[in-house]
Amino acid sequence: MSLLSVEGLGISFGGVVAVDNVGFAVEAGQVFSIIGPNGAGKTTLFNLVTGIYTPLRGRVTMNGELLTGLPPHVLARRGMSRTFQNLQIFFRMSALENVMVGRHMAERSSLLADLFGLPASGRQNGVTRDAALALLARVGLADVAQATAGSLSYGALKRLEIARALAADPKVLLLDEPAAGCNAVETEAIDHLIGEIAKSGIAVVLIEHDMKLVMKISDRVLVLAQGRRLAEGTPREVRENPAVIAAYLGEHGTREADRAHG
Amino acid sequence: MAEFLQLVFSGLTVGAVYALVALGFTLIYNASDVINFAQGDFVMIGGMGTVFLAAAGIALPLAALIAIVGAVLVGLLLHRLAIEPARGASPVALIMITIGASIFIKGVAQIVFDKQFHSLPAFSGDAPIAVGGATILPQSLWVLGVALALFVALFLFLEKTLLGKALLATAANRLAARLVGVNVTIILALAFGVSAAIGAIAGVVVTPITLTRYDVGTLFALKGFAAAMVGGMGNPLGAVVGGLLIGLLEAFGAGYISSTYKDAVAFVVILLVLFFMPRGLFGGRSVERV
Amino acid sequence: MLARVLRSRLATLLFLAAVIAVIPFLAPSAFYLRVAAVVWVFALAALGLTILMGYAGQVSLGHAGFLGIGGYAVAIGPAQFGLHPVLCLGLGAVLAGVIAYLVGRPILRLKGYYLAIATLGFGVILALVFHSESQWTGGPDGMQVARVTLFGWRLSGAANWYWVTGGALLIGAWLALNIGVSPTGRALKALHDSEVAAAGAGIDVGSRKLAAFVIAAVYAAVAGGLMAAMNGLITPDAASFMHSIELVAMVIIGGLGSVLGAVVGAAFLVVLPQALTFMHEYEQAVLGLLIMVFMILLPAGIVPTIRNWLLERLS
Ligand SMILES: Nc1ncnc2c1ncn2[C@@H]1O[C@H](COP(=O)(O)OP(=O)(O)OP(=O)(O)O)[C@@H](O)[C@H]1O
Ligand SMILES: [Mg+2]
Repeated sequence: MSLLSVEGLGISFGGVVAVDNVGFAVEAGQVFSIIGPNGAGKTTLFNLVTGIYTPLRGRVTMNGELLTGLPPHVLARRGMSRTFQNLQIFFRMSALENVMVGRHMAERSSLLADLFGLPASGRQNGVTRDAALALLARVGLADVAQATAGSLSYGALKRLEIARALAADPKVLLLDEPAAGCNAVETEAIDHLIGEIAKSGIAVVLIEHDMKLVMKISDRVLVLAQGRRLAEGTPREVRENPAVIAAYLGEHGTREADRAHG
Repeated sequence: MAEFLQLVFSGLTVGAVYALVALGFTLIYNASDVINFAQGDFVMIGGMGTVFLAAAGIALPLAALIAIVGAVLVGLLLHRLAIEPARGASPVALIMITIGASIFIKGVAQIVFDKQFHSLPAFSGDAPIAVGGATILPQSLWVLGVALALFVALFLFLEKTLLGKALLATAANRLAARLVGVNVTIILALAFGVSAAIGAIAGVVVTPITLTRYDVGTLFALKGFAAAMVGGMGNPLGAVVGGLLIGLLEAFGAGYISSTYKDAVAFVVILLVLFFMPRGLFGGRSVERV
Repeated sequence: MLARVLRSRLATLLFLAAVIAVIPFLAPSAFYLRVAAVVWVFALAALGLTILMGYAGQVSLGHAGFLGIGGYAVAIGPAQFGLHPVLCLGLGAVLAGVIAYLVGRPILRLKGYYLAIATLGFGVILALVFHSESQWTGGPDGMQVARVTLFGWRLSGAANWYWVTGGALLIGAWLALNIGVSPTGRALKALHDSEVAAAGAGIDVGSRKLAAFVIAAVYAAVAGGLMAAMNGLITPDAASFMHSIELVAMVIIGGLGSVLGAVVGAAFLVVLPQALTFMHEYEQAVLGLLIMVFMILLPAGIVPTIRNWLLERLS
């Protein structure tokens, strides 16, 4: 029984099949990458797994427990945490508060305690703040903890989302293009961070276009094209798979040809 | 049966006016994402303007024309002075701006005009016409006819003219429209102008039936807003259907149940519709992107 | 140092308390105390919207309906059932909370303009009920509200009501400030910025919105009850669309999400018409114009604009 297991997942939007019969399984401590050209359905797959879209077909289980159709906040409580390709930052809050929100599920204070400002509420704030500060330090954002999130750089926001997702103490962490728009140094740092996260026993599911990064840190790689599973295997297997080469080279080759003629 | 038909007639008559107001909402919303709460006040300007100009001795058709042009001017000013400068404001802020405009227009109207109810003589007399055991006022025919003519004219304008197509393109995607050379500012002004004209015309034809006063715009706006949302915001056909539906249900509610809660019908309808279809009758089930 | 003061909860409360304490010494006549008391009551209602709109980002264009529920509870309870007014104030708050809970469940699934029209419709329907059920509410003319006696002491006169409403406002501000910095407040502010991210953090977005809606309804109902008792009269006008709009305008003009902003916004919209009575004719036009001008020129609202200006000068 795998930690996260996805079987035959599918959805279509107005007749267009965005994800078609896709399945995979991830174990604790693994880095499982999903690659594929733009529009392949990678983000949609994440949305299906995390309950933002309700799948038309297929099932999602965690440790054998069926999760299909549960709302996102319930899935989060079962240990599923993610970042977003299009940043979903709480822009008006400070970086610290963003991560504090991520600790929400660990917080033990009632609405009444919060209303009347009971000591429990204040104590909880302190505990949450300490945990959030530690996480900010872990992703290298300790020095901007008090800055308004809206004022941070794109690369910083990407890491802020990772810190917020980690704050939930997830069993499965889904990262949607964490290195997109990051420079070489930032990418290196994210590479490092993902390795550490996996080592701590969290299953990491990674969508990424940076092939060097993917091939270096993944245990397994799933290739999607036009909503369908094209191949799956170790980085080496995938790299040598003729169908994958055709898909990537095909795309790449056409572009090269265009350039030559243009 | 005769009673039923009678209610249908009166329901369609008010419903046509709601539909016109709802169309005004839809037009402006499509062009600018703004919900214009001053939409009902255009109806008032059309009615009150005509009343006072006619009282000053100007022939009714000319008076109506001047009143309509006046409403269009107000619409253009509203766009230029209140909506343009607030570009990029939040939806709530935009709502408050148009509500502020509506309060302002009413405030000016009670100074320029007065605080009394007024009426206009019916255009073609008051002799009821018998239809299938029920009767219909000639003025109701005027309302229905003018509404129909406006629906058709608006449809032709949007589908057949370059300007209309530019408006639809702007509604579909503002950035893309700008890129292909549509002057979005002019399109927005156009939407406000046309909406004002539609509202004012509705005001002119309905005043002989419903009377008018400086503050009649509020109820028209609220019900027109509800009508526009019943069909799903931004859908012109939905606005017309929503308007007629609310008009008819109001008439039936008043006729068969009680007239006390006539003004609540529109809101009960919109709450029920949204309860089952959160994006209106024709709003579809699109999934929000993340 | 001053920057921290500007952000601190205690400083806000002390400032508000100081203002409430000082005004009676500056007010030339009881009339001014009456106006101030009205400001406190409206500010209390607006504070509920600060939580709902400012923190959670959910608009309500029908909030005066809850004002009406609180007001009529204080009017009808003693008149029809012989209940004590203070008890009725509590009952009105509970009733408003329950109704908000029932109505809010389906309504708060809606977004943007759909939420706006649904709350608007709810408010209009409530106002019509108050208007039409005359055997209970006295119809369009409204009804008298019995004088309040507490332990044999008759609560009357501008000064007494000034302190009662001022105290209520302070309590309301204290609660709103507490919520603002608590885990609950963080959850509300989070779903305001991104519902998917909030849900991703395990926040039950629907139930948090509902909680904010219920809290805002209770604030409005208490304010409505105090207002009715203070005026000795309640009419359906209390629940009118115009009042709902005024409440929203107070919150936005003062500064969305700012507790002091709600008070400043309320003061602005209550005092302004009083100041304009000498040109009664122009009152509505000026009011509309000012709402527009503030929304366009000062979109952040009065208090946040001043605060940011001060913070900038300090740094
Ligand atoms: N909510 C939606 N409504 C309609 N179509 C959608 C929706 N979400 C995704 N799609 C469509 O599904 C397809 C897959 O999109 P998706 O965002 O999953 O691709 P992706 O693999 O993440 O691409 P990229 O690498 O560019 O991020 C696209 O054709 C997209 O237009
Ligand atoms: Mg994607």
